[in-house]
Amino acid sequence: MVILNRPLRLVVATFLACLPLVSFANQEIDSAKVNLENSHAVVAEGHHEGGHAEPTDVKSKIKAFVSHHVLDSHDFSFTQDDETGESWGFPLPIILLDEGLHMFSSAKFHHGKEVAESNGKYYVINHHDGKIYRTDASGTITENEETGFPSNVRPIDFSITKTVVSILGAALLMLFLFSSLAKSYSKNKGIASGPGRIFEPIVLYIRDEIAIPNIGEKKYKNYMSYLLTIFFFVLFLNIFGLTPLGINATGNLTITFSLAFLTFLITNLTANKNYWGHIFWMPGVPKPMRIILAPIELLGIFIKPFSLMIRLYANIFAGHIVLMSIIGLMFIFKSWIGSSLSFGLSFLLSILEILVAFLQAYIFTMLSALYFGSAVEEHHHEEGH
Amino acid sequence: MEKLINQFEFGLFFWQILIFVGLILLLKKFAWKPILDAVNDREEGIKNALLSAENARQEMQNLQADNQRILQEARLERDNMLKDAREMKEKMVADAKAEAQLQGQKMIEQAKVAINSEKNAAMAELKLQVSTLSLNIAEKLLKDELSNKDAQTKLVEKMLGDVTIN
Repeated sequence: MVILNRPLRLVVATFLACLPLVSFANQEIDSAKVNLENSHAVVAEGHHEGGHAEPTDVKSKIKAFVSHHVLDSHDFSFTQDDETGESWGFPLPIILLDEGLHMFSSAKFHHGKEVAESNGKYYVINHHDGKIYRTDASGTITENEETGFPSNVRPIDFSITKTVVSILGAALLMLFLFSSLAKSYSKNKGIASGPGRIFEPIVLYIRDEIAIPNIGEKKYKNYMSYLLTIFFFVLFLNIFGLTPLGINATGNLTITFSLAFLTFLITNLTANKNYWGHIFWMPGVPKPMRIILAPIELLGIFIKPFSLMIRLYANIFAGHIVLMSIIGLMFIFKSWIGSSLSFGLSFLLSILEILVAFLQAYIFTMLSALYFGSAVEEHHHEEGH
Repeated sequence: MEKLINQFEFGLFFWQILIFVGLILLLKKFAWKPILDAVNDREEGIKNALLSAENARQEMQNLQADNQRILQEARLERDNMLKDAREMKEKMVADAKAEAQLQGQKMIEQAKVAINSEKNAAMAELKLQVSTLSLNIAEKLLKDELSNKDAQTKLVEKMLGDVTIN
């Protein structure tokens, strides 16, 4: 009853604050135990299967774990036991376009350890970038001397990866939450009820504080669906990234690129005469200046969504790296003082990450609204300039 | 930069665009439109309710003012009526008094006239009787005088005593 009397926000915030702690702690403890035991085992054994060098000491193991976490992967594993090579999770479907369609389960790769064969072609997951390359039967990957990237042929990869599953999950969750919220209005005489109810204030906030001030009373309605969807999509994926699922969708450049790409498309496809006028023939400045300004403004069209893409990607990516590195420090220190210090630090950082999750979703939506607003703004040159 | 470009995955881009655009369209139909409509309706409803409450209050105030005014008027009317009644009463009393006085005066006048006339009649009668009596006495006196002196005196005294009795 006491909890019920507290403000809902507080309860939700507390819940969210606790989530990442439980999650990362568990995951890391598992792998830590494994790491400790395994490092001895590896040292004793002195060799391991596979062509590439696997990390042996705790430090580089943590580094490898962190850098693999932030990449997309072809199977959904929650945790794994390095000693037995056993992994808890589930495989995902692989769909490749390489002179024909190849569809098979990612279980064939055995978590990147084996070469998968499909329709007479051999594929392997490169350990470094988590991408699928076509190889020969033994799975050799030749690296380009200059760039260091593999020079093998890359098939077009339409696989349902971990990130695709995550965005699909977020999409389904949003569909469920918001359609139930929408239904609750008609059922409950215009007052929201049910689990989606906590989002109503946010919906109103986006309408009243983001859409209307930036786009204007007249045209904001056209953009509301996009702004609301993108806000909750980014927010949910950011929050998912802080849960034990180990998802990093908004810290993936492709995802942020496609979001920014949509903002770019909508901005430029709905833009009016004034917008283009301001870009190619800036009113109110001397003619020579207009010629200089035009390429700069034209560049601005692309820089705006580019900054959106990089901002979200870098914030979430960096947050994950820093948070996981500090959690990893616990297992490097292995002392009461050092480990508890880094635990405290990671606790604080987790809270900060929750703030960042909301903030980045807000900023993305806010700036999108700002760009839409500039695209449909009606100027009165006689008065303004 | 090359590392960034290398991170771009066309398959993932394809799925993301597909899922996201689908999500926008589905949510628009099943969530955002009903939610925003409901919220708008509710806001309109609240606005209208407030407005009608304000109107009702205004009306109430008008009604109250009307009542006050009617009450005031009634009170004034009552006062006027009372005043009229009082005036009428006073006038009637004054009228009645004047009438009564007039009547009384008249009656007194009449009484005076009657008394005067009665008095005159009585005086005339008295005068007649006195003269008759005087004549009678004188006649008898004269008769006795002629016969007896003593008897005459006695007679006069006797007659005089009779007169006093009368």
